[in-house]
Amino acid sequence: MESKEVKMVAALRNGTVIDHIPSDKLFKVVSILHLDELPNQITIGNNLSSSKLGSKGIIKVSDKFFTDQDINKIALLAPDAQLNIIRDFEVQEKKKLRIPDSFEDIVRCGNPNCVTNHQPIVTRFYVTNHQPLTIRCHYCERMMIADEIKIK
Amino acid sequence: MQKSLVSITDYSKDEILRLLQHAEKFEQNPNQPLLEGKVVATLFFEPSTRTRLSFETAVNRLGGRIIGFSDASTSSSSKGETLKDTIKMVSNYADLIVMRHPLEGAARYASEVASVPVINAGDGANQHPTQTLLDLYSIQKTQGHLDHLNIFMVGDLKYGRTVHSLLMAMGHFEPNFHFISPDELKMPSEYKQFCDDRGIAYTEYNELNENINIADILYMTRVQRERFTDLMEYEKVKNVYSLKNKMLENTRSNLRVLHPLPRVTEIDEDVDTNEKAYYFQQALNGVFVRQAVIAYVLGFIS
Repeated sequence: MESKEVKMVAALRNGTVIDHIPSDKLFKVVSILHLDELPNQITIGNNLSSSKLGSKGIIKVSDKFFTDQDINKIALLAPDAQLNIIRDFEVQEKKKLRIPDSFEDIVRCGNPNCVTNHQPIVTRFYVTNHQPLTIRCHYCERMMIADEIKIK
Repeated sequence: MQKSLVSITDYSKDEILRLLQHAEKFEQNPNQPLLEGKVVATLFFEPSTRTRLSFETAVNRLGGRIIGFSDASTSSSSKGETLKDTIKMVSNYADLIVMRHPLEGAARYASEVASVPVINAGDGANQHPTQTLLDLYSIQKTQGHLDHLNIFMVGDLKYGRTVHSLLMAMGHFEPNFHFISPDELKMPSEYKQFCDDRGIAYTEYNELNENINIADILYMTRVQRERFTDLMEYEKVKNVYSLKNKMLENTRSNLRVLHPLPRVTEIDEDVDTNEKAYYFQQALNGVFVRQAVIAYVLGFIS
């Protein structure tokens, strides 16, 4: 079943497959990776059935190998997503996602009185704890925990 | 590389101690023309007369000149200019920017876009590092040292930014903290975590009573009416956390009562004449500390 679903989107010769993205996060992942600006061939599937997630999304990008920094951004949205590097139709490497130590322009500060919510400023956050995920705003220094973290 | 002061955590223990030494020298000899020919901009996007006068006195004692505004309504930010543009523009004119802003993080952002050093004179509820340094200076001056002291913090420990910054700065000196507050205004867990991570002892109480007899420093803060949804509760709390002269009878002789000011009812006026009352002297110390910070960020002292 699963393999058939995957085949519904074109097979990849070289590139990256991001699989097991929760359906409601798929287009956010597309957005933070700026896929709309890429000239590469991209196949996006969503609401595919998944035994693990119920419903999942998948992204395939030809001839594109993301930097670790980019990959780690995905971890904030979909920590259980799976990343496969494809070379010559074969899975060459499976990468595990890891939340980065800091990230820019991904998260909106939850503090309404933070300067980043009032001025055109690129947000920056530092991870202070991984379990539960806790981040600190570079500007207002306010901490945010797991559910309070809002992706832009 | 310019040296701004945005947050008290920007400075190491060593830097803090050196600044306090410099402040002491400025206290002994306040008029030193280090800033001759320099222009300091005091940008107060929200009014704070006390802080502005303290900074401007410090600049004047150092022989510098001042430009700026004391209220955002008289600045171009009221016309919709971005903070970045205001700071860039002022950077062209001044050698140093002292800035007060109602938004948290504004000073950090300003320090990143400015080509001159920025001193944070308060960014919303976040940081006010020169207040923290003057608190440290006052503690060191009255106790002779900063190590292993019994520090009691009383009142609004939840929203009071001065107690949070003081807690982090005192963290360098192995203190014993005692937090006295109503349940609604308890010390937030992230600051207790800060203490736990560093092995700093702290005790929490609900009542202001004879517990304070072991205190070296009693740091009082204002309990603000707007923090309470229930006004009855506020009236109750307001009286419970009010320090009276009689309560100081059996306290240590070295005890000093500090308060960032302005005070309302949390310290009764009958305390003012007690030799343990230190809050007015504390405010004067702010000028010497600010002289030290200004001279430091401009590289006149190291």
